[in-house]
Amino acid sequence: MLLLVLLVLSAGGYQLGRRRSLAVSADDGAAPGQRLHSLPSYYGFHTALWTGIPALILLALWIALQPIVITQLVLSDLPAEVRLLPEARLNLVISDIKNLASGNIVSAQVDPAMRAAADHYLQLQAISSAALTVVVLALALGGISIGWRLVSPEFRARNSVERMVNIFLVASSSVAILTTLGIVLSVLFEAIRFFQVVPVTEFLFGLHWSPQTAIRADQVGSSGAFGTVPLFAGTLLISAIAMVVAVPIGLMSALYLSEYANRRFRAVAKPLLEILAGIPTVVYGFFAALTVAPLVRDAGTSIGLNVASESALAAGMVMGIMIIPFVSSLSDDVINAVPQAMRDGSYALGSTRSETIKYVILPAALPGIVGGILLAVSRAIGETMIVVMAAGLGANLTANPLEAVTTVTVQIVTLLTGDQEFDSPKTLAAFALGLVLFLITLVLNVIALYVVRRYREQYE
Amino acid sequence: MSNFSDPASPAAATARSKRATDLMRQGLAARHRAERRFRRYGLIAIVLGLTFVLFLLTSISATGLPAFQQTYVELDIYFDPEEIDPEGTRLPKTLSRANYAALVRSTLRHYFPEVSERRALRELYKMVSSGAGFELRKKVMQNPELIGTTETIWVPTSDDVDMLVKGHIDRHLPESERRVSDQQIAWIDQLMARGKLEKRFNTLFFVNGDSRQPELAGIWGAVMGSVYTLLVTLSLAFPLGVGTAIYLEEFAPKNRWTDLVEVNINNLAAVPSIVFGLLGLAVFINFFGLPRSVPLVGGLVLTLMTLPTIIIASRAALKSVPPSIREAALGMGASKMQMVAHHVLPLAMPGMLTGAIIGMAQALGETAPLLMIGMVAFIVDVPGGPLDPGTVLPVQIYLWADSPERAFVEKTAAAIMVLLGFLIMMNALAVYLRKRFERRW
Repeated sequence: MLLLVLLVLSAGGYQLGRRRSLAVSADDGAAPGQRLHSLPSYYGFHTALWTGIPALILLALWIALQPIVITQLVLSDLPAEVRLLPEARLNLVISDIKNLASGNIVSAQVDPAMRAAADHYLQLQAISSAALTVVVLALALGGISIGWRLVSPEFRARNSVERMVNIFLVASSSVAILTTLGIVLSVLFEAIRFFQVVPVTEFLFGLHWSPQTAIRADQVGSSGAFGTVPLFAGTLLISAIAMVVAVPIGLMSALYLSEYANRRFRAVAKPLLEILAGIPTVVYGFFAALTVAPLVRDAGTSIGLNVASESALAAGMVMGIMIIPFVSSLSDDVINAVPQAMRDGSYALGSTRSETIKYVILPAALPGIVGGILLAVSRAIGETMIVVMAAGLGANLTANPLEAVTTVTVQIVTLLTGDQEFDSPKTLAAFALGLVLFLITLVLNVIALYVVRRYREQYE
Repeated sequence: MSNFSDPASPAAATARSKRATDLMRQGLAARHRAERRFRRYGLIAIVLGLTFVLFLLTSISATGLPAFQQTYVELDIYFDPEEIDPEGTRLPKTLSRANYAALVRSTLRHYFPEVSERRALRELYKMVSSGAGFELRKKVMQNPELIGTTETIWVPTSDDVDMLVKGHIDRHLPESERRVSDQQIAWIDQLMARGKLEKRFNTLFFVNGDSRQPELAGIWGAVMGSVYTLLVTLSLAFPLGVGTAIYLEEFAPKNRWTDLVEVNINNLAAVPSIVFGLLGLAVFINFFGLPRSVPLVGGLVLTLMTLPTIIIASRAALKSVPPSIREAALGMGASKMQMVAHHVLPLAMPGMLTGAIIGMAQALGETAPLLMIGMVAFIVDVPGGPLDPGTVLPVQIYLWADSPERAFVEKTAAAIMVLLGFLIMMNALAVYLRKRFERRW
């Protein structure tokens, strides 16, 4: 609501600034706009920026700080014995007050002090939002008047507008850095807290995984076990199955499409294959759980094998299908980058097409293909939905593809779905897993990107 | 090489070369066989890939198509004033509290007057969806005039009846192994014979939110959640992505910092999506204290996830604008910013839009990071804004796929069909934009 008003005000500021610039320049009897430093629209933009930006910054700050300030104010009004409670209890009281204020059901009995606090809370909130509106509007109007006053023929409106735009561009390009930083810091921070409870060596080399920690110390299985070897074994098993499916099919179809197929076949088959890349992973998960897993199980039973209903084979196969277009389009790029002269040279020596492919194109394209496969592996390791829906939950250290295994991503999801407190080792374990996952994929990606880039430069 | 350097015996040389040709001939057949074999492998790979596509799509549509129809039963409801509003006040409060299920029950008793035993009656009542009562209430609340009249209304049956009518429950199984009793089957057949039970288009599926009752569960809540999430994502990711691309392509000096940004973007594009979910949980929810399960947070997480896609596509679009355009603009006295804003950007816009649409399609299908930030909650209400708790289509699919009821299987497949429909539309739009505005310089 307030945002819309600000937008309208900024538009008004633009018009005012533009008109003002024309009027100022016409004062001296010259043609409108002639003596201005910048085009009239820049004066308009300048005024609009003055209107919008300070108000927006204030709005953001206000919204961010409001809950903290209000909570502190409400707390300072509470009776002393409540204020001196330990922090965890205090947080409970605060959330009770908030619930009471928004009319929800509260956990504890409602006493008059709480009721009063809730009323106080509501009152403060109303005051705050009213004050916010007034202050923001005042700031916007003040911005208009400053912008209006600054308009003069000598004022370099274009330069200052362009400076602002430049700041925006630099800021937006640093979002990518901030994101990486955010990922690393958030995951690292929680993981360090986890490693204070569970030693790193146990985490990396332990053979037993059962993250269920009991609430009371004397319960059975009160200490969870956080050995991740079975998880990584499961992840590797499923990824390996996926690669066994995806690499031959993807590579061969890329070779066929780029070396054998005529233009019409290529124009039809390539987009059809790429449909596989556009299908959401949750759909693959459903397909794996509902169609492929029973198929695999029935096929196994018919030849006398005992197949788990959540076998690694089914999940891995479907993941392989998902990765086919990934492998094939990456290899396609690399194969097309091999210079035609090399093919022609090979044909001139009398080799057949398949010999050219095997002895000339593949060796030449090998680094690129390996890079592509590494990217595909990193994707398979990080893939979540297929394994969440089609692979098992129990950690199981096995190399048998017919048994159910679990993966790193499955465990992250199961540990973190639902409401949990942030300080239990169970939730923190998910972040530690995330850290390892991030590092593994990061290393794979860096190697792959480096290999692919090096290779491209070679033939350019 | 020695045989060629021996000019003294041309006959021997010819013989030897003849032998070599023979050898080559023999080898040639084998080489051609290998060639054909190799070619066949390639074709098999493509055919396999295409079979997977076909198999996936047919298996999903075969499962999902029946869900667009739903079994309804025709009830002649007498809106009994005694039951709804005995005092005749017509106050909304009284009307909304009345026991509408009783009206449905009395009609059912009326249909089968011979049923009187308690257990049998309960079985009979169970055949009609519990949503029937809500529908009657809605009708009466809208139009209190109905009270005292009789109206014929089609209401959904329970999911078990629906499954039986669609043939997903085998009638020939022993009674203890199926969820519908013999008695209920007999009633269903009677109703069918009287024309009071039929399959109709399932509008509830498109207008309802989620529900524990499969026959009442719909995708509208998830669709609206997806819309709000994508709105947040688009409004943040597009300006940021285009801004980054412009900066890197047009303004950035070639130094360590820009190198770092570039490496970063390429890496982010390959980071597993679930890690973005961890980031969202730790930063947006835990650190900034934003609420769980809201489309706003989902949109923020997806923004970070789709940014690399949009940046890479936008940079490609900017690169395809020829430098002569830039030089001409600069030569006419435009500032660098004017050159970009007035000349380069409009020419690159179609490519950027295409990239944005593809990024949005990717965001629409994403599930894993949203599980982390609590969008898996069971939410019945349709969200009314980006700050209302909600879920999105792919997460809804995940939730339904986890439900044990048989009827949810076909609902899941139907929801997948809707999701794929949206994705196909978005991709078609992207292809159209590319075809329509593509320029070769």
